[in-house]
Amino acid sequence: MSPTSGQPSRASSGASPDDDVAAHDHEVISRGTTRRRYVQRGVIVLILIVAALALAYMRSGSAVVVTQAVVTGILTGGVYGLVAMGLTLIFGVLDIVNFAHGAFLALALFVTFWLVNTVGIHPYVALAITIPVMFGIGFMVQRGVLARAIGKPLENQLLITLGISLVIENTLLLFFGGDPRSVALHGDHALHVFGAVADLSRVLAFAGALLLAGVLYLLLQRTRLGTAIRAVATNDMGAQLVGIDTRLIYALTFAIGTACAGAAGTLVAPLVTIEPTSGDMFNIIAFVVVVLGGMGNVIGALVGGLIIGVTEQLSGLYLPGQSPLLLVFIVFVLVLFLRPQGLFGRTS
Amino acid sequence: MSTGTRETQKLTKALPPQMWNRHLVAIAVLTLILIPAPFVLPAAQQAVAVRVLIFALMSIGWNVMSGFGGMFSFGHAAYFGLGAYTSAWLLVNHDVSPWIGMLAGMVVAAAFAVLVGFLSLRYRLKGAYFALATFAFAEMLRLWATNSDFVNRAVGYHAPLRPDASWWYLQFDPGSANYFFAALALTVAALACSVFFLRSRAGQFTLAIRDDQDAASALGIPVMRYKLFAMALSAAITSVAGAFYVQYYLFIDPELAFGSGVSIQAILPAVIGGVGTIWGPVIGACVLGPLSDVTATILRNPPAALSFLQGRAGLDVIVYGVLLIVIVLLLPRGIYPALRKRWSRK
Repeated sequence: MSPTSGQPSRASSGASPDDDVAAHDHEVISRGTTRRRYVQRGVIVLILIVAALALAYMRSGSAVVVTQAVVTGILTGGVYGLVAMGLTLIFGVLDIVNFAHGAFLALALFVTFWLVNTVGIHPYVALAITIPVMFGIGFMVQRGVLARAIGKPLENQLLITLGISLVIENTLLLFFGGDPRSVALHGDHALHVFGAVADLSRVLAFAGALLLAGVLYLLLQRTRLGTAIRAVATNDMGAQLVGIDTRLIYALTFAIGTACAGAAGTLVAPLVTIEPTSGDMFNIIAFVVVVLGGMGNVIGALVGGLIIGVTEQLSGLYLPGQSPLLLVFIVFVLVLFLRPQGLFGRTS
Repeated sequence: MSTGTRETQKLTKALPPQMWNRHLVAIAVLTLILIPAPFVLPAAQQAVAVRVLIFALMSIGWNVMSGFGGMFSFGHAAYFGLGAYTSAWLLVNHDVSPWIGMLAGMVVAAAFAVLVGFLSLRYRLKGAYFALATFAFAEMLRLWATNSDFVNRAVGYHAPLRPDASWWYLQFDPGSANYFFAALALTVAALACSVFFLRSRAGQFTLAIRDDQDAASALGIPVMRYKLFAMALSAAITSVAGAFYVQYYLFIDPELAFGSGVSIQAILPAVIGGVGTIWGPVIGACVLGPLSDVTATILRNPPAALSFLQGRAGLDVIVYGVLLIVIVLLLPRGIYPALRKRWSRK
């Protein structure tokens, strides 16, 4: 298939045929192998999925249980994907391993809790407030704190985000106390989805996460801002040379990433117990998802989120009595060792 | 491998022999000054002093791997926890002395560090990936401990109380000065250990590898072997802190042993005091250890403006967080190098 695609341009180029042919052959070969590699990888992933499901079926002996686990996993995974998209965007553009991402999510949980219980707003309407609020907080945190550490070693930036997360979580603890809270969703009921049972709130969280993920994708691909963000991610010096205000892009990217965490926080508010440390688990899972999807790869983060969501649910069947996170970490370590560039990343 | 600590390296690089002796003399003098401390300090302050020493011990360990070795660990809770759990398990189930438990914990922690290190180096993890891998292993231990009957699940262990005080079982009356002496001895031993490590061939090779791995490798230094050695030593020192923690607080559970907060506690003193310096972790621990008591005192009798915070928790960690951010931004090398610079300028 590949040699024919190189044919027309080979004929059209006249000046230095030898060089050009050589260059083209190289390109064609690499294009062919990439395609083959994608097919190979797709087949491997498919085999792994089938094997995982078969094993789950063998362990549980019930198709209903496996279906339930997969549906719950995918629904939860959508939210993980949204959290991880924010994290991976921040990593891709600012090169920061952001340990404060989960704390921002926890902050959004408490803002939602406050809006619902004190102001009396519907949990999903709260999105209209939490997203801009978290965007603003993210912008200010980047401008006020992180911008001063740009160009510093990775560890310094990691430690700063760690400090930010300590400050946020413990400020929440200071003001709200450690008692678990919850947001009630009126009219929440169980739905039947593909032969499994899922709460309406979980389905809505999934739908909302997918919708926002789509919006983020369009923002990155179709707008001037998105193009600028991708340009800075690829080469910040080059972006600066063509007149992009990279400092502004850094702040906006961090703000968008934080808004993702905020949106996810509001979406899951009816599903989780709200505590100052509620975001930690999301932060950990988002790291796993980001590495799985390839650091900086937004679509990879969404797919990785779904994979980790399902993994977490299936682990209850594989390793009964163990925490579902244990298998998530095992997958994480395996990916770190075997495919550190992520499932969809290119070997460089 | 990492450029993170490159700036702090000038301090430890190629010190003349008498400088090493100066460090050892400083350790000895400090020990002598601190020995009468329990007879001067009130009981409450003694508890703070012991906490400072535990912080210092953890961080001296972290500093060997991450400061001198340049491999940023975000999972030292694994080694702290293994030290704590090994000694607690041996003590509770087999009535083994904590001193022997401590040695066993060092061996277990060092072995685990070599395993983690070998895998991470074998697969060439660097920077953020390396830090995340160490974090993942600590979290895996926490999750395993929380759900395993072998180590009492989430309940953890209570050290059994003995009728009489005993050095062999490292248990004394509450508030006894002996706890302070034991912690001081262990911390001094760890400090001396890090000085001896640095002046040894292994230590010099480790620094060389940190500064330029390719050059070190080209000179024939077996990179993998010395990195693993630094990791094992680091894990062993931090595990001692875990074993002592169990004896002092008489209690350990998965969150206290393997929680990510523990990893942070191992990092903070060194970062605040000065990464990759001998005295950094000690100075950092002296700053951080008393903080929670200071904030607790403020919150017990808050000034009028803060009266609504009475009885709330969290302020101490907020101060840690702010301090961490401020230090990293303003004194990225830490307090000790900043002080040294000021002294040497005069």
